[in-house]
Order: sequence, then C-alpha cells, then structure tokens
Amino acid sequence: MIPLSRALESSIGRKFVMSISGIALVLFVIVHLLGNLTLLVPDGGVAFNKYAAAFEDLGPFLYVIEMGLLAVILIHIFWGVTVTLKNRAARKKAYKEGIKTKGGPSNMTLLSANMIFSGIFLGIFIVVHLWHFRVRKVTEAGKIYVEGQEMTNLYGLVVEAFQHPGWVAFYMAAGLVLGFHLRHGFWSAFQSVGAMKPEWSGAINAIGMFIAVLLAIGFLGIPLYLFLM
Amino acid sequence: MAQESMTVHLKVWRQSGPEDEGEFRTYTQEDVNPDMSFLELLDVINEDLIKSGEDPIEFDSDCREGICGTCGCVVNGQAHGPERGTTVCQLHMRVFRHGETIVVEPWRADGFPVIKDLVVDRTALDRIIAAGGYVSVKTGPKPDANSLKIPKPRADAAFDAAACIGCGACVAACPNASASLFTGAKISHLAMLPQGKAESTRRAKRMVEQMDEEGFGACSNIGECEAACPKEISIDVIARMRREYLKSMFTSH
Ligand code: HEM
Ligand code: FES
Repeated sequence: MIPLSRALESSIGRKFVMSISGIALVLFVIVHLLGNLTLLVPDGGVAFNKYAAAFEDLGPFLYVIEMGLLAVILIHIFWGVTVTLKNRAARKKAYKEGIKTKGGPSNMTLLSANMIFSGIFLGIFIVVHLWHFRVRKVTEAGKIYVEGQEMTNLYGLVVEAFQHPGWVAFYMAAGLVLGFHLRHGFWSAFQSVGAMKPEWSGAINAIGMFIAVLLAIGFLGIPLYLFLM
Repeated sequence: MAQESMTVHLKVWRQSGPEDEGEFRTYTQEDVNPDMSFLELLDVINEDLIKSGEDPIEFDSDCREGICGTCGCVVNGQAHGPERGTTVCQLHMRVFRHGETIVVEPWRADGFPVIKDLVVDRTALDRIIAAGGYVSVKTGPKPDANSLKIPKPRADAAFDAAACIGCGACVAACPNASASLFTGAKISHLAMLPQGKAESTRRAKRMVEQMDEEGFGACSNIGECEAACPKEISIDVIARMRREYLKSMFTSH
C-alpha cells in the first residue's frame, strides 16, 4: 500500500494527475467545440442563443459544473507547473552545447519539449476568454426575443468581437496552440497512466494527431468564418 | 578498402574535480584511422597529453564491446554519439567527417554528479536496483527444464527489458534527466517472469521512491531515452512500470 498523499508526490502520481485532468479537459474541449458549431448555422444566431440558454436553464447546477471545470483546469496548471519545475531541477547544469535528438522512435520535437509554454499560453487564453465572453455575457450582452422568449444575445457579443482582426488572430492562435499541446498531450496522457502497449502506440499517436488537427481547425476556423462572413 | 586517415578537432569537457567549474578544451588529432573507435581516439590523444605532462582526459570504459555499460559520454549533443543502438566504445571514427569538430560532454544530471572530465558518479542507479531490483524469495535448487512454463513472447519481452546495461544514456538524453527507462526496464524484466511477479508491486513502489529520491525528473513521454538506449529498450517498459506502481497503490504489501 502507498498512502495517497505519498503517491501523489511521486513522479508517477504527478503525471497520473496531469493525465486524468488533461483527458478531462480534452473531453470538455471537444464538447465545447461541438456546441460552438451552432455559431455556423445561418439563422441569425437563433441556434447558438438557444444552445447558450440551455445552460442558463440549469440554474445553480451550472455553477457546480463551472466550478468543477475550473478545479480541473487549476489542478492541471498547478501540477503542470510543479512537474516542470521539478524536471528542470533534475538538470541544473545544462549541456553547454545543447542536446540533439537521435530521431528514430523519439518524440522529441519543439512541441513535446515545450508543453509548459503551450500550456502557459492556453492558461492566459483561458483567463482572457473567460472575461471576454463569460463575464461580459453578464455585464455587456443585450437581450433578444427568440420565439417570444427573452434570451441573452450571446451570439451578438461573439459576432461583434470577431469583427476585430486582433481578437480573430488571438483566438486563431489559441486554436493552433491547443493543437500543438494535444499533438503530444493526447498520446502522452495514455502513456502516463500505463494504458499503453507497443501495438497500440501507433494508433493512439495517430488518434492524437487527428484530434489535435480537428480541434485546431475547429477553434481557429469559427472566428475566421465569423470574421469573413 | 582502407579509407584515408583523417584529422579531427576534439572539443572536450575538462573538469579537474567535482567542485571545479570546468571548461571546454580543444585538441586536434591528425592521422586518425577511420576504423578506430571513439574511445581509441581518446586513448591516442591521452598518450600525447601524458607525454607532454598534462592530465589525460578521464573517461570510463571496460569491455569496449558494447556489453558492460561502463562507457558513456555525450558526443555532438547525442548520448553515445550519432549512431543508434551503439555504445560510445562501439562508435567508430568513420561516422565523422575529416576536419570535423567533435564536441564531448559528460552525462549531465543532478543524479549523476561529475567526478572528473567525462566520468560521472552513477551509483544512484545502483541504489535504485538495491531498493528492490531483485527477487528476494529463495528459489531453491535449479528446477527441471521447462517445469516453469513461460510463453515465448513473454520471455522475449522480459529479455528485451533485461538487456539494459545500466549505462545511464537514458538519463543523459532525457530533457528531464529522468531515470524512468532504466527503472522501468528492471521492473518490467522481473514483473514479466514468474519468479519476479510475486513481488512486482512492492518492487515498483520501492524502486520508484528511490528513483525520485535520487533527484531524477519525471517522464514526459518524449521517448528520447529509447532513441539513445544502446540496447534500444522500448518506453513500453515505462508504461509497465506505471501500471505496477499504480497497482501497488491498491495492494497490501
Ligand atoms: C484547454 C486546455 C488544456 C488541455 C486540453 C490540456 C491537455 C493536456 C494533456 C492531455 C496532457 C498530457 C498529460 C500527460 O502527459 O500525462 C497535458 C500535458 C501538459 N499540460 Fe496541458 N492541457 C491544457 C492546458 C494546460 C495549461 C493551461 C497548462 C499550464 C500552464 C498546461 C500544462 C501542461 C504541461 C506542462 C504538460 C506536460 C506535463 C509533462 O509531460 O511533464 N496545460 N495537457
Ligand atoms: S566499455 Fe563496455 S559498453 Fe562500452
């Protein structure tokens, strides 16, 4: 038996937490993208506003979901930062002339070796994004009548934001960086919990690539589409 | 087909002791036989250094045939040099270009303090093994042949993991200086065989704890260790180590 607190302190336990929180975030991000696809329905925002209103209808339960999601994000960030700091501390004197990959089976790339930087960018994005749409949904969004019912016009807020090239570029960059993070992250999460066999590794790697590309295209495509419309 | 002899410049890490700052020094060697090994080049340079009254470049080696795991240094940014599945004692000068500057550094990791020049202290790996990398049950006299049945694929996988020579290239090549490939190889080797299986979770717990205590990093699944490993051990052993460790959270010994 290993006490839980000790297991979570271990190098393997820390990566276990990273993996589970990371996969939870991947699932969230997939659902988030599917929901956002309603922005593409050419009905002046009715589908999207209805989708958003469905969350409002959850009442206090929405806060429970939001707090849970926030907790997962904070856990992932906290463990991500501490794991990275510990890993850096394992080689305080770096190679003077650097280190070069030997290729072959190695996954060492600019993406896999810089998860902390793609992660930090995503963290900054999350803060800005929450202010931009979650906070401003309450403080700035207008009301609209859909089928005789009053609703928050979140669609208006989103479409308005994506008339500005700066916001479009920022969201597109975030979509791209999410893809970068998951290019290594998805596969890595399976390996981190030991849910991996040599026979599966190729397939899981390919699925990770597929999900990374799909999410990147989805998240950078929507702001671009709304801008060009 | 004898190749022409070559000239190389060796930019090598010199550090007189653990406390010394250390620095690169460059030595030029002419008339290098392309068929000699990289360590033989160091021998040749050292002969001249000794003759001129300088301290020779200190490095570890023993078998010089790639089986003992004693040698090891980072050559041009790669553990054991540019060739895959090769120890630096089996690296030959023909892989380098005439006139090339070859950069040589010791393994760098806080768990592997430099003793002198290219020699590092790898006893941390011994302590990881001592923490549990063995079978403690008394197995009695030699059993009859084939009385213990082990499926061929399993025996092969255990053997692949057992091929680790403990050179430390995995730690040297890992961006996190993690010893996961080394530790995972021993845990997997023993967990896959009936003699070792009984104690596999306790072994995983103890060895992982020791690995962390030695100051090695966590595994980020980058897999550079597998590319650097002279025995080409797969990071599958790391996945298996994690399974054994997680199992040990739920079992009672
Ligand atoms: C939408 C947001 C995010 C998603 C979907 C996500 C997903 C993932 C996944 C699946 C992994 C692989 C876990 C493993 O290897 O076990 C991972 C690793 C990582 N994440 Fe995230 N992540 C997100 C945001 C962040 C943020 C905001 C940070 C930190 C500032 C971060 C830092 C890291 C780091 C450092 C790793 C690598 C850990 C290692 O291998 O040592 N991530 N992420
Ligand atoms: S000296 Fe034995 S492996 Fe290189």
